[in-house]
Amino acid sequence: MRYIPHTPGDVAQMLERIGVGSLEELFVEIPASARLKRPLALPPALAESELVRELKALAARNATPENRISFLGGGAYQHFIPAAVDLLISRSEFYTAYTPYQPEISQGTLQAIFEFQTLICQLTGMEVANASMYDGASACAEAALMTVRLTRRRKVLVSRALNPRWRKVIATYCRYVDVELVEVGYAADGRTDLEELAGKLDGQTAAVIAGYPNYFGVVEDLAALAGLAQGAGARLVAGVAEGVALGLLKSPGELGADIVAGEGQSFGLPVSYGGPYVGFFAARMKDVRAMPGRLVGETVDRDGKRGFVLTLSTREQHIRREKATSNICSNQGLCALTATVFLSLLGKQGLRELAQQNVAKAAYAREQLQKVAGVTLPFAAPSFNEFVVRSSKPAGEVLAALEAQGILGGIPLGADYPELGEAFLVCVTEQNRRSDIEALAGALAGGAA
Amino acid sequence: MIVGTSGLVLNEKLLFEHSDAGRKGYSLPALDVPAATLPDGLCREEIAGFPELSEVDVVRHFTRLSTWNYGVDSGFYPLGSCTMKYNPKVNEVACRLPGLADVHPATPDHLAQGALTLMYQLQEMLAEISGFPAVSVQPAAGAHGELAGMLAIRAWHEARGNARRTKVLIPDTAHGTNPATAALAGFDVVPIASQGVLTLEEVAAHMTDEVAALMVTNPNTLGLFETNIEAICALVHERGGLVYCDGANLNALLGIARPGDLGIDVMHFNLHKTFATPHGGGGPGSGPVGVRADLAPFLPGPLAVRDGDSYRFAGPPGSVGRLLAFHGNFGIMVRAFAYIRSMGAQGLRHATEMAVLNANYVRARLEGSYHLPYATRSLHEVVFSDRDLPNDCHTLDVAKRLIDYGYHPPTIYFPLVVKGAIMIEPTETESQETLDEFCDAMLAIAGEAGADPELLKNAPVRTRTRRLDETGAARQPRLKWERPC
Repeated sequence: MRYIPHTPGDVAQMLERIGVGSLEELFVEIPASARLKRPLALPPALAESELVRELKALAARNATPENRISFLGGGAYQHFIPAAVDLLISRSEFYTAYTPYQPEISQGTLQAIFEFQTLICQLTGMEVANASMYDGASACAEAALMTVRLTRRRKVLVSRALNPRWRKVIATYCRYVDVELVEVGYAADGRTDLEELAGKLDGQTAAVIAGYPNYFGVVEDLAALAGLAQGAGARLVAGVAEGVALGLLKSPGELGADIVAGEGQSFGLPVSYGGPYVGFFAARMKDVRAMPGRLVGETVDRDGKRGFVLTLSTREQHIRREKATSNICSNQGLCALTATVFLSLLGKQGLRELAQQNVAKAAYAREQLQKVAGVTLPFAAPSFNEFVVRSSKPAGEVLAALEAQGILGGIPLGADYPELGEAFLVCVTEQNRRSDIEALAGALAGGAA
Repeated sequence: MIVGTSGLVLNEKLLFEHSDAGRKGYSLPALDVPAATLPDGLCREEIAGFPELSEVDVVRHFTRLSTWNYGVDSGFYPLGSCTMKYNPKVNEVACRLPGLADVHPATPDHLAQGALTLMYQLQEMLAEISGFPAVSVQPAAGAHGELAGMLAIRAWHEARGNARRTKVLIPDTAHGTNPATAALAGFDVVPIASQGVLTLEEVAAHMTDEVAALMVTNPNTLGLFETNIEAICALVHERGGLVYCDGANLNALLGIARPGDLGIDVMHFNLHKTFATPHGGGGPGSGPVGVRADLAPFLPGPLAVRDGDSYRFAGPPGSVGRLLAFHGNFGIMVRAFAYIRSMGAQGLRHATEMAVLNANYVRARLEGSYHLPYATRSLHEVVFSDRDLPNDCHTLDVAKRLIDYGYHPPTIYFPLVVKGAIMIEPTETESQETLDEFCDAMLAIAGEAGADPELLKNAPVRTRTRRLDETGAARQPRLKWERPC
């Protein structure tokens, strides 16, 4: 086996040093009744060349933007990834290390996380960010639990316009910890219904959670949501599914959010059939001790030289056990590094330009689709790089007809939003060329819709 | 030979301190549609403090940072409980194949058959390895898999009307994630004492009709097989409870014993430990959860299921719900799949045998020089303590001195039941020569503790930084860069 160095001679010498006669004797503590009495029934071992062939064969059976025009978004976004990103995170000093428990030989990871925390604070307009969460949805769920700890209230209002998958994850995390989740609908323009929200807020409300932009791609009025929530003594959690939007939109912090829980996949991570992605989590400094997850802080060594360490760990499971702020241990370290590299390359200008291209491409797509007979765009509020399309024919049929022309036209919304009728979510990024958009409009006009 | 040496250590500022207005390391194509923007009121000013760097600045920055790190590829990394085995390179290539890395998670099932096949086959292989008939690969890490498992246990009891069962028994050797997870699933934690291994009597004494489950780790964090596990499982079942197993130490059992055959009801896997996926400086991992048949309806989902020759996502019917926005850390699943397919049944068993051989070899070489609190035969890891070190030298000092010798230290001060614990897990990918050099270093350090304890107290001296002021960091937290006033 190519990953195991022992020769039969090594094994014999080592057994002798241990003082046992066989490998079998090493397992003497495992009772005979507990032993597996047959070999595992697994497929035969593959040589490296055979493995690569098998994986390529599997890979060939998947649709990707290499063989389709794709307008899929809905929480995972197809942005270009500069070559330097993957080459840098492929330095094995980064990817074969573990959690930086020994700071003197982990300063690379620690400084990079400190930079990640800083970048997230700058992007979100918040005061403190952690070292990462599993993804945006689980970050949002942890945010809901944090507001319950902070306010000692047990009701959380969740906007129906928040990504439905994220809402499901919040529900899973809250399932057995006595938190009541209440849905708040959206208004005709696609934004969270402020009147309904005002009516549902009360002295038991810990938090209001809304997407920014929301699942329909619509930019919520976060300042109004914050005002209402905080007026009732509750916290506002902004859930950011498309991080690139923060390159252009006012930061949630500036608009009054108390916690920003987001998805950083757009920052250099491939869509990879759903993961690994990276959740980011940012809050106010006054609440730092209630935060989940790891934090890296600046300090000095014995010679007074700047260095970085894991800090405030008395919040965490390995110290506080059942009283910890979360059970999270391994997070998405390498993905946080990926985001850090990506954001460093784009920088202040690059990220804004990227966000603007996304807006312009999506605006052009909206304009083209609006002209198609049988297609309507139900929501008028400004949107970022996604929007809802309603068709006269069943959405499943429309998407199947597009698929037949090599176009992944969007994500059907019927199961999550039956009230929208025949609708689907279209995402347009800088990776979609004008000709792609025109192909979509053309196919819809040509009968698909 | 001392592996550690003092080479070239480059200085490097923070990204933000490098920044120069007007630089960027990125290019976009010319806009091919009319320019459009959002209403002014929605848009921000420029992002204050955000870096501005060229591509070469960024490449040098992160390359230099990487040289301050120590990974499995740098050298021996015997971090106990973490199974820092070698991460095969072909797996890194595999997960980056465009047909896998570029599949959008909302792709209709019939257009993602390759990805679904892989997930299904991984579920099946993990089921065979562990003895649990149903596996969900959705959880993102070990603690996430624990949450999935404990939620399923809660739901299973609920479906049987066992609302009174609100307690979970957890031995004192457990990882901190176990009690933290039990709390997150709404349980009250009852700690129980172990005598190295759990005794039937201790479990029996606490196993009331309010107890929903026992959480064990097997082999436990002392590296010892829970010899009474079958009787304990039978007792817990008899009294209406379930047994959860933390699968962090599965590397000791591949092809030897299957947790599902021992009476355990639920277990999570750590693909980043047992199945050789890289640890990434703190993730991403992957924490699939396996359950016995009658708990399968409660698994987090959807799962990859097979219909004849095709695959789709479905159910499970009574699922505790979704734990992530999408299907789990697929890129990590690809690597684990590649590992299992490369090893085969015989290879996996061989890995376990060599992992156990290596741990016992280290034990044999260090016993006598370091205090060994438990005499029972070790499996994949061995725990020593600092009890016998002279001159007020402690575990932390040994760990820091090991760095000067060129090693990543073992896990220290865990498990909590051993004062000054030094927990060594060599894994199977280390050769006898590597282990000998490491043991020589450990023995030299034990000698230094007697002859020249300052060498330990001052260590490390060959690193980028010396010991850092952690107390100061916590007292006045500086958690982000701020422009100097």
